[in-house]
Amino acid sequence: MSQSTAQSIEDLTQTALTELAQLDNPEALEQWRVHYLGRRGGLTTILRGLSQLDLEQRREVGALGNRAKSTLEEGLERRGQEISEARLAQVADLERIDVTLPGRPITTGRLHPTTQVLREITDAFVAMGFSIVEGPEIEWDHYNFEMLNIPQGHPARDMWNTLWVDYVNEEGQRPMLLRTHTSPMQARVMESMEPPVRLVVPGKVYRYEATDATHEWHFHQVEGLAVDEGITFADLKGTLYEFARQIFGARRQVRFRCDYFPFVEPGVDMSIDCFSCEGTDSSCRICRGSGWIEILGAGMVHPYVLRAVGYDTEKYTGFAFGLGPERIAMLKYGIDDIRHFYSNDLRFLRQF
Amino acid sequence: MLIPLSWLREYVDIDLPPHELAHRLTMAGVEVGEVTELGGWENCCVGEVLEVNPHPNADSLQLCRVNPGDSTEMEVVCGAPNVAAGQRICFARVGANLYNTHSGRHETLKAARIRGVVSEGMICSELELGLGEGHEGIVVLPEDAPIGVPLDDYLGDTILDLEITPNRLDCFSILGVAHEIGALTGKKVRTPEVSYSEDGPPIDEEACVSVADPDLCRRYTASLIQGLKIGPSPQWLQDRLARAGLRPISNVVDVTNYVMLEFNQPLHAFDLDKVRDKTIIVRRAAPGETLETLDGVPRELNTEVLVIADSRDPVGLGGVIGGANSEIGPETTSVLLESATFNSYNNRRTADTYRLHTDASQRFEKGLRPELAPIALRRATQLIQQVAGGTIARGIYDIYEDADSPAPRVTMTLRRLKQILGMDVRLEQVEEVFHSLEFQTERVSDDAVSVTVPYWRSDINIEEDLIEEVVRIIGYDNVPTTMLSTPIPYRQPVPMTELRSRIREALAAVGLQETISYPVVSLEDLEKVNYDVKGFGPLRVANPMSTEHDHMRPTLLPSLLDTLSYNEGYNEGPFRFFEQSRVFLPQVNQLPEEREVVAGVISGMRSEPSWLVDNGPLDFFDGKGMLTSALAQLGLEPSWEPAEGGENAALHPGRTARIMCSGSRIGVLGELHPTVTERYDLRYRPATVFELYMDALLALPARSGRNFRSLTRFPSAHRDVALVVPEDVPAGRVQEILDRHRLVERVELFDVYTGENLQAGAKSLAFHVYFQSPDRTLTAEEVNRTLDGLLRTLQRDVGATLRD
Repeated sequence: MSQSTAQSIEDLTQTALTELAQLDNPEALEQWRVHYLGRRGGLTTILRGLSQLDLEQRREVGALGNRAKSTLEEGLERRGQEISEARLAQVADLERIDVTLPGRPITTGRLHPTTQVLREITDAFVAMGFSIVEGPEIEWDHYNFEMLNIPQGHPARDMWNTLWVDYVNEEGQRPMLLRTHTSPMQARVMESMEPPVRLVVPGKVYRYEATDATHEWHFHQVEGLAVDEGITFADLKGTLYEFARQIFGARRQVRFRCDYFPFVEPGVDMSIDCFSCEGTDSSCRICRGSGWIEILGAGMVHPYVLRAVGYDTEKYTGFAFGLGPERIAMLKYGIDDIRHFYSNDLRFLRQF
Repeated sequence: MLIPLSWLREYVDIDLPPHELAHRLTMAGVEVGEVTELGGWENCCVGEVLEVNPHPNADSLQLCRVNPGDSTEMEVVCGAPNVAAGQRICFARVGANLYNTHSGRHETLKAARIRGVVSEGMICSELELGLGEGHEGIVVLPEDAPIGVPLDDYLGDTILDLEITPNRLDCFSILGVAHEIGALTGKKVRTPEVSYSEDGPPIDEEACVSVADPDLCRRYTASLIQGLKIGPSPQWLQDRLARAGLRPISNVVDVTNYVMLEFNQPLHAFDLDKVRDKTIIVRRAAPGETLETLDGVPRELNTEVLVIADSRDPVGLGGVIGGANSEIGPETTSVLLESATFNSYNNRRTADTYRLHTDASQRFEKGLRPELAPIALRRATQLIQQVAGGTIARGIYDIYEDADSPAPRVTMTLRRLKQILGMDVRLEQVEEVFHSLEFQTERVSDDAVSVTVPYWRSDINIEEDLIEEVVRIIGYDNVPTTMLSTPIPYRQPVPMTELRSRIREALAAVGLQETISYPVVSLEDLEKVNYDVKGFGPLRVANPMSTEHDHMRPTLLPSLLDTLSYNEGYNEGPFRFFEQSRVFLPQVNQLPEEREVVAGVISGMRSEPSWLVDNGPLDFFDGKGMLTSALAQLGLEPSWEPAEGGENAALHPGRTARIMCSGSRIGVLGELHPTVTERYDLRYRPATVFELYMDALLALPARSGRNFRSLTRFPSAHRDVALVVPEDVPAGRVQEILDRHRLVERVELFDVYTGENLQAGAKSLAFHVYFQSPDRTLTAEEVNRTLDGLLRTLQRDVGATLRD
């Protein structure tokens, strides 16, 4: 009896597994389960017959039956998984979209290119310990010129064609103007604090100047100033060299040449080597074939300026510099006309 | 400033190719803007006119036989009235490439039959050679011009166009540039030798010169040449002036210009016979005096103007321009020549007053040295005699009060040089630099040198000026490059800059494009946005760029609306702009208040056209959504109050909200007032604008936002309630009451309804209300009880009832 019971368990298992392998949908699987493993199913029926066996056989065949049950259950689960995977694969195979259709538009906003470049510039100096300060756009002649060694009647005033505010003081002078540079903050800051001073002054400036591809009457400037005991022209070179590398890449070379600004002495301007042609193209649009691009003016703070704010010129020295973010943006992005910046054409602004 | 190399070479030898020379000058601070080559005249040479005959078929033309120097003879048709036998001329053979005055282009010269006669070449005018504008006649070369020599060799030149900074007055002269080149290349400079004999009577017997106002005229020198003859200058003199950009006039005037270009000293020649009583007085103008200047304009003088006067009337504006009454003319035979040093400040003011920025005033205003006056005077006297003949009176006038004052000296120490440059330079090397510049030096100590600056340099006044001379000559590359090693100062806190940057980021993140526009607008612009420009109006610019930009803007609105309107012409939108800037509010006798503002405008469709998106126009609620989300990035949860009664005259009175935070007004959002929309003729409506007041944002209590709330583990329960309220009850008021309860975690308004099934004058507001407690799971009973309580409050405060 026990032999035949064992045999029938074995047979049933074989038959069930063979059948299982043919099934291909969850409904058939359920039927199969009911047929073999259900309460009235084949295996259950066989096992129910165990009660007629003696204890020894019962244990033996019982164990056999339990093994068969878990074999079938495992088989069922595996087959179930296979079927569902096959089915998902089939679904995935049928579900298609045209991925070349345009995406759902998301309108993003961007910062004005001047803002972006101003941030890059100030970040480079902040990393070297400079603080950012700002000053008034409407200034007194006193700070814009006089404190910077450009007194009334100084021929260098021609370097800054000035827009004046329609305001006449009691002495009949017109002392209020639209600042022509952010340099007045040099005097304003130094008047209010003792060295060490290390700051950059970003902001808008104004000039009475006809506009063309390279001139605007409203633009931005970043002025810089470092004053302390022991600051030298060598430090000026290093600081501005590092700045050029930050903005235009670590391989950049810089070159200084003599230039004149009344509030520095010695005065220089700094060029970088042409990142576009690297000096190899005599018709290069960026450097006009010279291999060098002028990017800023600088110099050692004039003793007149230090004295005017009450600093001890024997003790303190420093350097100052000024640069134009629009020019830097034009160089970086290949913009050919400065007038694009403040015409606010979306076709321009969206490129940055 | 145009500097012809041919002229420059008279004073200094130049071995460098022109571009290398230009580079060296530029690096040393004398910027060469452009290098122009004169020449390129292939197939052109110096020729000789052998014979001039009338053209058989044309009265206005002549037939010339020309010797081109190669023992041939050419027959050339020439229309110039000034051609004559025996002249040396510029002859162009067939094949020369010259400017064709008929076509306006450069063209290759071909043999041409002109009125039946073949012309085998051309005799050239200035215009054809590109030497100048002259086309009335041919260029006549000096009699000693070597026949047959290629024109490039004879007339070719290089012109440097210098862009000189205001300090380098010396480089406004050819000799000044020569000294600079001498220093840069180690060459010696040759200053013209001046010698002449004074065969005339003593000058003080023939003319009387005095200076009444020495404060405005530090030095006045004068010489006298009598019996001279006015005429055109010799060709070499005319050529040099023309190449340096000046128009030749007559021999005496040309010499004054020539010496000005050569030495930098402006000179003036008076016709002594036109000077009343042969008396020159340098004085301030008397009240009511007038002078007709050389340009033919009568000028009213004021008492701050320095004039050169005769015994009665002004005959010149000192250092600016001469008077018509004493002008050199063809009849002039006696010339009183002036070489003076005028006060630079006063000179500039006079030039400004009369808008007469002449070659002379531009030099005087930069401060010429008094030592220069007699040097240039003698040079010009000599040249006048050379080109106009005459006899030179004995002696000169030289009125110079502080003649005894020693030449200016500046001392430089190596210690200071190191303090400024950060490098050591040996004393010998420093002296070498100074000597190359022709500065005289004297060692004061092992560390210091005292320098006497030559008369052509007026820009060396302090020790730092000398340090610059050293470093610009030895080169900036020789200075070490170091990073700052002084202590980093404490950072200056700049809350406004930081806030601004965060707001910009936040607005960009919600889809707004930043713009920057001119901060200067017109009154019409302001009137367009209903800005009240009367009373204490916006700050006016005295000399505006244009009438469109003559007031500092007190609001950003007109700029934003211009930006919108401009872009509607080129784009489909959506238009979502913001600008961060200052607005300017005038204050009495003070600088204006510069108030930081952020403003924006949205208009057009919500989304770019797309096959996926159901589009609608951007409106107030898009704006509110953007601002809510942008302000949330700053940690702010503002409340929105209806701004009845006109928060801003540009905005729609019924569609404007005041944005409030911690009890203060931080901004405004509203649809544009229909009248404003109409004036801008906007394509898309509505346009919704906002302003945020940066000062108010900055003044908010520091921890008003961004407080961490712990994440609760307990589930939330939610109820939907539809409330009927009178129509004039703002939804925000209802929401606020719901929000306020401590067990209410979140309230979402999901429907607003008016119409059928509702009483007239009522609206229904439907909310999802989420209840949650940080410390326990709420029971259904607790939630219902809370909701009942809320409903009672709503009933009492805003008359709300539950909708059936």
